[in-house]
Amino acid sequence: MGYTLVYLSLIVLIPLATLVVKTAELSPGELWALATSRRAIASYQVTFGASLVAALVNAAFGTAIAWALVRYRFPGRALVDAIVDVPFALPTAVSGLALTAVFAPTGWIGRWLAPLGIQAVFTPLGITLALIFIGLPFVVRTVQPVLEDLEAEVEEAAAVLGATRWQTLTRIIVPALTPALLTGFALAFARAIGEYGSVVFISGNKQFETEITPLLIMTRLEQFDYAGATALALVMLIVSFAMLLAINGLGAWARRRAGHA
Amino acid sequence: MGAPARGARMMETRGIAAPLAAAATDEPAWVRRIVIAVAIAFVGAFVLVPLAAVFAEAFKAGLAAYGRAITDPAALSAVKLTFLAAAIAVPLNVVFGIAASWAIARFRFPGRSILTALIDLPLAVSPVIAGMVFVLLFGKQGLIGPWLTGHGIQVIFALPGIVLATTFVTFPFVARELIPVMEAQGAEEEEAAIVLGATGWQTFLRITLPKIKWGLLFGVVLCTARAMGEFGAVSVVSGHIRGRTNTLPLHVEILYNEYEYQAAFAVASLLVVLALASLVARRIIGRRVEAT
Amino acid sequence: MKRLLPALLVVAAACSKEPAGAGKDARDIALLNVSYDPTRELYTAVNAAFARDWEARTGQRVTIEQSHGGSAKQARAVIDGLEADVVTLGLAYDVDAIARTGLIDADWATRLPAHAAPFTSTIVFLVRKGNPRAIRDWDDLVRPGISVITPNPKTSGGARWNYLAAWGYALRRGGDAQARRFVAQLYRNVPVLDSGARGATTTFVERGIGDVLIAWESEALLALDKLGKDKVELVVPSVSIRAEPPVAVVDRNVDRRGTREVATAYLQFLYSPEGQGLAAQSFYRPRDPANQPAGFPAIQLFTIDDLGGWSRAQPMHFADGGVFDQITAK
Repeated sequence: MGYTLVYLSLIVLIPLATLVVKTAELSPGELWALATSRRAIASYQVTFGASLVAALVNAAFGTAIAWALVRYRFPGRALVDAIVDVPFALPTAVSGLALTAVFAPTGWIGRWLAPLGIQAVFTPLGITLALIFIGLPFVVRTVQPVLEDLEAEVEEAAAVLGATRWQTLTRIIVPALTPALLTGFALAFARAIGEYGSVVFISGNKQFETEITPLLIMTRLEQFDYAGATALALVMLIVSFAMLLAINGLGAWARRRAGHA
Repeated sequence: MGAPARGARMMETRGIAAPLAAAATDEPAWVRRIVIAVAIAFVGAFVLVPLAAVFAEAFKAGLAAYGRAITDPAALSAVKLTFLAAAIAVPLNVVFGIAASWAIARFRFPGRSILTALIDLPLAVSPVIAGMVFVLLFGKQGLIGPWLTGHGIQVIFALPGIVLATTFVTFPFVARELIPVMEAQGAEEEEAAIVLGATGWQTFLRITLPKIKWGLLFGVVLCTARAMGEFGAVSVVSGHIRGRTNTLPLHVEILYNEYEYQAAFAVASLLVVLALASLVARRIIGRRVEAT
Repeated sequence: MKRLLPALLVVAAACSKEPAGAGKDARDIALLNVSYDPTRELYTAVNAAFARDWEARTGQRVTIEQSHGGSAKQARAVIDGLEADVVTLGLAYDVDAIARTGLIDADWATRLPAHAAPFTSTIVFLVRKGNPRAIRDWDDLVRPGISVITPNPKTSGGARWNYLAAWGYALRRGGDAQARRFVAQLYRNVPVLDSGARGATTTFVERGIGDVLIAWESEALLALDKLGKDKVELVVPSVSIRAEPPVAVVDRNVDRRGTREVATAYLQFLYSPEGQGLAAQSFYRPRDPANQPAGFPAIQLFTIDDLGGWSRAQPMHFADGGVFDQITAK
């Protein structure tokens, strides 16, 4: 117990507290000004906007993938099931490098997009693509087990009682999946807002347009602007912690739902 | 993130739905095909194609060039440093993970839920911030950096800084895997052992460890994979000294910046192989976790 | 268990406490050169040549370790404790930033010849093969529809020279107001701001983005050499800036590590005929008038001092809220 606390303090709490101590050197007014500068606000918009879109795309496609994996048998199913975890296991720098190579106008997928006038790399679209990549396993792997545990009897009962497939889907399956779906969405979103490694390779890193907050923190650091960096880091830290509490709350809700069902 | 373990289990018992109910328990064939096609296309475009691209670029200039790239002294020293950092960070987090999950699963104490949330915190903190806090703490302009420098101890831009940053980002993995395992397993057998006169250490080795070993191993695999692949946090504290403080992911970036694209992808392919190996290990161990 | 963590940290600390120079022979010595992005090839060659030279003169074996990155980022690392013996950065402002913390003595720029910049370069353009957008001079970069690639001057030292070259060109055509309009138009044509010079070159050449890359002459010639003349070609503007990347011994670090003598010799080696020749091979313009190889295009050059020096240019253009922030803000 004592060990747990000492180690937690040494590795996590003291370093993070340093951040708070550093920001305490600023007056609240200065802190507010730094955290809400136009460039910072623009970077929040890019970060949270792209993360939100990516998490939504993952929620939709991740659920479809989980559904296909659990309910259907098709050639290549085992392979799809296995490689869904790749984005989680792959170092982010490699992910960024690989995605840039593929989606660049000279890349395997980018060359089909370029004639359509779609430029993926170095645009907000590129950031979103990278965030979709890294967030994919979170939705699939939270929805999948819940789908597996859904009891076929309930659906059969609904069918016997005369429900159409659409009714069964909207009245039985969707409500049962909602907590897991929300948790997966929140996990993907939380992961996306902090992502750095894969995004810097594929993003244009242009202020007000394609500059994500972690990159702005890095930029501030490189300009010897520690106050600016810590102010932004504090904002990110608070958001991260709030996301964590939300995810844990969702988890508790999901368990309660499961208990009642 | 414990979810992938459960993903290994498939519901083989399904599909015995009564034929009369088929209309309401199954989708029309065209829906089925579309969903399957979407799943394959999405995973293919986002995961399979980028992976293939890494290998295609890595072998573009032939096998010999690939061999040269991964046996270059700077690449080898990056491999060594990467494994060394993981070899220190992972055991630290294993010991912590066991202690923390024990405390959380076995005891009710004030602040228990806060502790659980704090363990997860490194997962949610941006890696850049993770690196930055260590610079703020141990850097020359940092809080205790000047004191350390005075005693000839270099933390940032040296191995200890890389180890600390790695430990920080991989902090939650073992604990997160073990907490549910320990909670599910209950304390009765341990209590029985203590009553029968076993010491705490004996109880741990004979009763607890055998029961948690697969969960533990699973956590170790996750932790190791992440430790070897971390980029953002390590990049901030590394100093990028070629042959000394470059880990594999950082070496990839450096080669890329030297127009050595083929070499960059060759080294990246090593990391892909490590990642795939960790996935295979996870699936095998995941099945054992299910079995126990 | 409790003792394990401190023990491991001590072991880790001990590993790194071992002086960098420790080797088989107690007389072996190691230097750390913290440099900016586009000097990788240059210092690979210089380090090998200097090691040979030093061993021949003193019998001592020296290995030089390299760290590369954006100039400002590298300066920050040194300020935060990266134990550089020498810094070889993209612009004097970054060395001054280190000097302000006391790590380098304030008179560093006068301790070596030619403002402590052993070689120079200038800013030129790379365009696609055949120059399809007909780019000849600075004015062509602000034409509507031209896509210009240049890194972010807030993070890249090299990019500040790019920016100031454009500024200086426009300044010669009119006053501050005209220059401001010119760079504003120029940066409106920039779709990607990479954080470093190398990233920008990769974006342009490898990823095929943009019509023109503003680059250091050394970087442009190297890209032509390494990536093929079939993809891109060089365009030399009518006027450009003389880029002077400075070098300095990090006084406090060499005094503690006892490496001042070899570190100073290392920097002086850059001024030797051999060092100047290697600079020329890496497409930098040597200082030595007797050692001017053919192949460098003739350009009319102005210097940073014509723009008031770094002490004026840096806060005016690149500080938060400075001209660059104003022109890129929407």
